[in-house]
Amino acid sequence: MGVFILRRIGVMILTALCLTFIVFFMTNLYPNLEKLAKTQGNFRMTEAEVQSYLDRNGYLQPIFSKYAQWLGVAPGWTKAVNDGVRGRCVHGTVSVDEINNAPKYCGILQGNWGFSTVFKNDVGPLVLARLGLTGKLMMWVLLLMIPLALMIGVLAGMREGSATDRSLSTISIVTTATPEYVSGVIFVAVFASSTVGLKWFKGTATAAMEDATFNNFFLPVLTIALYGMGYIARMTRASMTEVMTAQFIRTARLKGASFLRIVLKHALRNALIAPFTVIMLQFPWLLNGVVIVETLFNYKGFGWLLVQAAGNNDIELLLAVSVASVVVVLLTQLISDIGYVFLNPRIRIS
Amino acid sequence: MEPMNWWAIIAQIFWQFIPVWIALILLFSVSFIYKKRLGLYGKLYDSAIGLIGFGLVMFWVFVGVFGAMDFIITHDPLSQVSGMKNKPPGTPMRGATAGEFGYYLLGGDNLARDVFSRVVKGAWIVTQIAPLATLFAFMVGITLGLPAGYYGGRLDILLSFIANLILAFPVILLFYLLVTPEIVATGVPSYMATVLFVFPLIFAGVLLNSRFHTQPKVRTPLLIIVLGIMFWTYLSLVSEPGSKVDLLPSSLDLFDIPGGILVVFVSVVFVNAPTVFRIVRGLTLDIKTRDYVAAAQTRGEGSWYIMLWEILPNARGPLIVDFCLRIGYTTILLGTLGFFGLGLPPESPDWGTTINEGRKLLSIYLHPALPPAIALLSLVLGLNLLADGLREESLKD
Amino acid sequence: MFHCKIVFSFGEKMNKITYQDGPILEINKLSISFFTRLREIPAVMDFSVNVQPREAVGLVGESGCGKSTVALGIMQDLGKNGRVVGGSIKFKGRDLSQVSDVELRDIRGNEIAMIYQEPMASLNPAMRIGKQLIEVPIIHEGISEREAVMRALEVVRDVKLPDPERILKSYPHQLSGGQQQRIVIAMALMSKPSLLILDEPTTALDVTVEAAVVELVKDLGKKYGTSMLFISHNLGLVLETCDRICVMYSGEAVERGSIKDVFDEMQHPYTQALFQSIPLPGADKNERPLVAIPGNFPLPHERPKGCNFGPRCRYFEKERCDVTDIPMSLVPSNDRHATRCLRFQEIDWATSGGSVEEKEKTKIGDVVLKIEDLKKYYEVASNTLFDGGNKRVVKANETLSFEAHESETLAIVGESGCGKSTFAKVLMGLETATQGQILLDDRNIEQVPIEQRNKKTVGEVQMVFQNPFDTLNPSMTVGRQIIRALEIFGVGDSNEARQQRMLELLDLVKLPRSFAERMPRQLSGGQKQRVGIARAFAGDARIVVADEPVSALDVSVQAAVTDLLMEIQREQKITLLFISHDLSIVRYLSDRVIVMYLGHVVELGSTEQVFSPPYHPYTEALLSAVPIADTSVQKQHIVLEGDIPSAMNPPSGCPFHTRCRWKSEVPYNLCERDIPEVQELDNGHQIKCHLSNKQLDRMEPVIKIAAE
Repeated sequence: MGVFILRRIGVMILTALCLTFIVFFMTNLYPNLEKLAKTQGNFRMTEAEVQSYLDRNGYLQPIFSKYAQWLGVAPGWTKAVNDGVRGRCVHGTVSVDEINNAPKYCGILQGNWGFSTVFKNDVGPLVLARLGLTGKLMMWVLLLMIPLALMIGVLAGMREGSATDRSLSTISIVTTATPEYVSGVIFVAVFASSTVGLKWFKGTATAAMEDATFNNFFLPVLTIALYGMGYIARMTRASMTEVMTAQFIRTARLKGASFLRIVLKHALRNALIAPFTVIMLQFPWLLNGVVIVETLFNYKGFGWLLVQAAGNNDIELLLAVSVASVVVVLLTQLISDIGYVFLNPRIRIS
Repeated sequence: MEPMNWWAIIAQIFWQFIPVWIALILLFSVSFIYKKRLGLYGKLYDSAIGLIGFGLVMFWVFVGVFGAMDFIITHDPLSQVSGMKNKPPGTPMRGATAGEFGYYLLGGDNLARDVFSRVVKGAWIVTQIAPLATLFAFMVGITLGLPAGYYGGRLDILLSFIANLILAFPVILLFYLLVTPEIVATGVPSYMATVLFVFPLIFAGVLLNSRFHTQPKVRTPLLIIVLGIMFWTYLSLVSEPGSKVDLLPSSLDLFDIPGGILVVFVSVVFVNAPTVFRIVRGLTLDIKTRDYVAAAQTRGEGSWYIMLWEILPNARGPLIVDFCLRIGYTTILLGTLGFFGLGLPPESPDWGTTINEGRKLLSIYLHPALPPAIALLSLVLGLNLLADGLREESLKD
Repeated sequence: MFHCKIVFSFGEKMNKITYQDGPILEINKLSISFFTRLREIPAVMDFSVNVQPREAVGLVGESGCGKSTVALGIMQDLGKNGRVVGGSIKFKGRDLSQVSDVELRDIRGNEIAMIYQEPMASLNPAMRIGKQLIEVPIIHEGISEREAVMRALEVVRDVKLPDPERILKSYPHQLSGGQQQRIVIAMALMSKPSLLILDEPTTALDVTVEAAVVELVKDLGKKYGTSMLFISHNLGLVLETCDRICVMYSGEAVERGSIKDVFDEMQHPYTQALFQSIPLPGADKNERPLVAIPGNFPLPHERPKGCNFGPRCRYFEKERCDVTDIPMSLVPSNDRHATRCLRFQEIDWATSGGSVEEKEKTKIGDVVLKIEDLKKYYEVASNTLFDGGNKRVVKANETLSFEAHESETLAIVGESGCGKSTFAKVLMGLETATQGQILLDDRNIEQVPIEQRNKKTVGEVQMVFQNPFDTLNPSMTVGRQIIRALEIFGVGDSNEARQQRMLELLDLVKLPRSFAERMPRQLSGGQKQRVGIARAFAGDARIVVADEPVSALDVSVQAAVTDLLMEIQREQKITLLFISHDLSIVRYLSDRVIVMYLGHVVELGSTEQVFSPPYHPYTEALLSAVPIADTSVQKQHIVLEGDIPSAMNPPSGCPFHTRCRWKSEVPYNLCERDIPEVQELDNGHQIKCHLSNKQLDRMEPVIKIAAE
């Protein structure tokens, strides 16, 4: 087991390295850098001015050396300019003394995530704070989505073809066919706009960042949860119907076990193996929903941050955001693998 | 002129869709008569769910096709008419000229364009891009998934790693990185297109060669003709004058695809292909243990013949079902792109963009955002139902 | 008639139905139908059978004859589409279709228990064995968990499983197939039911394991005083286990009576045909060939008018057998012996009825294939998911040496894991040998993978596969598949020539030419297997490896397919390597036999030599394990302990020593230490055993045919 986890973590780190390098490469393509220079300076910069801006800020080094510095395995760049020295590990133009006192290495291995050009702030705390906000959102989403999805799936799959099955399956198909930007729009239109006039909930969730209430937080949570729910419910249903036709269920039935006992004791554990992995693999998709919903409801969390970073080519922020999301995705995959092993005794080591 | 009431609006919309109704009735009655001879498609006519789904999908396909032929729309979807800004459904048009339809059936949007015509035009964009992109994703996924599952070993490890890499990437982030004007300027999407669009060629080439290599007289001319045509199409597709990939003189270039559409297309294929890869790989692992595969091996068939002619046809059931589901998913992705204003031009009538435009004034005006939202919902729902129906019917064999 | 009162050894709640006389189970004119959207499909019609206390009744028939439907009907578990449409099922005098759901649950598992075909599938994979066992008495008798565990331990001991405590704590996948089936049996016995229904309980098991399980069922039936309904397609098994038998054909019971009456004085043409199509000792491919039943099993909705067996019956009389439904009629002077035949009193049952043509014995030719010291080792990672990649070597084939001649049938016999399929793979070129050589006409081919073999070699060595449902590509027409093989082997220079050759091949395997246009799913199992054979002969094969080509087919079809193979062999002088676990068929058709166990050839000789003493101890046990459907055969009962060891982890020394009953006769623990040398007995008869000549000579024949 230990070896297995170690190997998985190895693969995870390799994946994360590959992905961050791709992001690094894409964000450091020249047109992107040019755009960055122009947004930081002004839009009427000449080609030469752009070049000098980029040079002063170390953007024109070879890509691999820049990537190594960002990782913290190569010493940060320093550059003598007219009025002093600039470097990766210091802010702005400083004196030679200061640069000598500053650390040589300052990449993510040293805990230095860089500086956001959009928010004019250190990336580390910025991402952490936003992650916290999104964590709150996700917690409520999961709390709503998973029990609901599993319940619908199990109830529908218990008796295939029954009226309960048909109606619950229809509900889950409709929800999977409704992306967040459609359901969100409809929810806001129906429950929060003045035209319909119900005004039960708030159409924005900005206030929920400090103080989440049912009133201002329910719609965004529901919007994300619904889309994911349908998919998990359908998986659970499929798995449940398959298990219910398995021979060992017939064995249990012909033992004289009651229907309730068959479902609870024999079917459930077997039926939940497949959906468990699905729930975990849902995470990269849920992130999608988070970005849409946070934009739609103006909730300034991690998804909103991603949009800001990507829209303005805020390189270091974007890198941190991708590291964070990749780590989240890979961690859930790891958890899903381990959980699968524990749910399914056939794989467990004897 | 008086505004139209709701009944009149519904009746008028129904009337506008007349060509669609005729086409649907024709399609259904012809298929129903010959359903015994139509295989899996014919069996669909035994499943209520599948039939509803198929009806919804074909409705939008016909709306798209006839809309593109300017049959259904009442106004130009891009032209702005003064005084029609955010007007509610059924508002009469001010200063309508003779021969022009006098009302905005579903009202006007924020830029005073006709919502109804925009939704109809949007159907064409979706029904064009989504199935094609899905088809390309399947070509890539199949061409890589078959050998990964069949040979296993290092190739499998490498390809699976790459697939998982792409899958671990948050889709939105990928789109933000790929679908920006700056990236288009670097030519990265064009290079990706050059690589991704080769796969159908490889697929067709290997498919025909493995089947006919025993008869060189048939094989060689067949391959030259098929691959020749495909290669020309391929070059026309990837090369665009003025972009980084400009391989074909414009006199030979069959058609041009605007960079914006191409990049959207490429990213959608890129995102979908790994999932298809995983499905195909899993199916291959299962089917390759069958005796007919062993029989093919013992008579010395080549690996590609076995993969493409012995394994792939027997994996078609789950693949067809996934194809339907994936078109739905691609439609949602396209909407997401539109929602974030990525790729497609801002005045584009596609549903995602329209929803994004409409949501800004949502608390006051519902009518610009709701119709495209409901259109998208019903199309994806139709695809899901169709997939469910197909799955049910294919299991009955 | 018995007067039976079951005495319970445990002090459980008395919750069984008390009853006095009469049969435990009484099925009277039962009809069961399944309803689809298109039509009603009658699965069982006018079926009657009685099971008396402590009696074992066998229900025999080919697949699709409705025998399993009867079992599910008794359990009232026909699913959504199935319904009893006529007749009654009475259990201890109560009509089961009248009882409420709650009462039904009380009966299931408590009064009537069932044992199924696939032990792995019928146990819950995510629940410990113990939990699954104790559930039965907890549901039915409401006893405490501790008490239930005590009883589970006792029952597990009764089914002769080692270390019951450990077994109760394990999950199903941790046990072998034989052990799982014992657990299923234990589960059925947990509440001491009065009726046990066994639905093909040993079909999924190896022969030697099957023999042990059958023995166990018989003993426990006696010990627990349980009545049994034993469903099987194997007449030999029924003979060994049952008191009475009921033969089914196409949804109807066609003959019913005591084992002795039905086996020795059969009164229905189908029963007779069935017996003539199975290879009993004494049958011989040249002098007394099997007689296949012509035609095919009718589909449920295409049954003929009148007698269902009519179209395939050699005694069929027009305008008599095909007019009305035929009732069961009692055979005078026999005890409760009934048959569904109008003409049973007119038929002379003593003559075999059909004309048996003797066939000329083929002359065995030169050596075409020579295997010398062939070894095949695999390296496998022992546990890919968690291990650091420890590699283990699996010795799938150890020093195989033998020759095969032209026109010869060489049988390779052995149970799962013996390495026969690995050998086939190496021969075909799907794998390459680790050591040794394979000579095909003096050409070495052991290191030549199939891609590097020339067309001729590939076409010369071909294979017929086991599973007919898997052997053809489901999405290609039959003709297309044969033509493809012709293309690959370079036969014919135009499409027309190949088309013509394909039709000739269909003629060769006796299929109508119109089948070329059919899809595989429109063919029956036997027909598919014929197409598989046609495909194998597309490249003028000289050596054909047939990997259990008939074991998945019904008995009546088996005979026809075997016959076909023999006929093609006679015409084309091919060498047939016949891989099988079924010694009856091997004795019938092979000239020489190789017996394999865990990768070793343990015995090799002519059919005569192998089937008579001296035997290798494994051959001896194997012979004893094969059920024989002949009342005049007397068998020695040799039951092997335990299961076949895993090829991943074979025992030291002689691979068979863990189960060998002769081991104690060999001094110095030789069996556990050394792999025995091959002993050459007489005339090419080889045995790999430590037993001395003297000991071998003492062996007695396993099968004796009583003098008539």
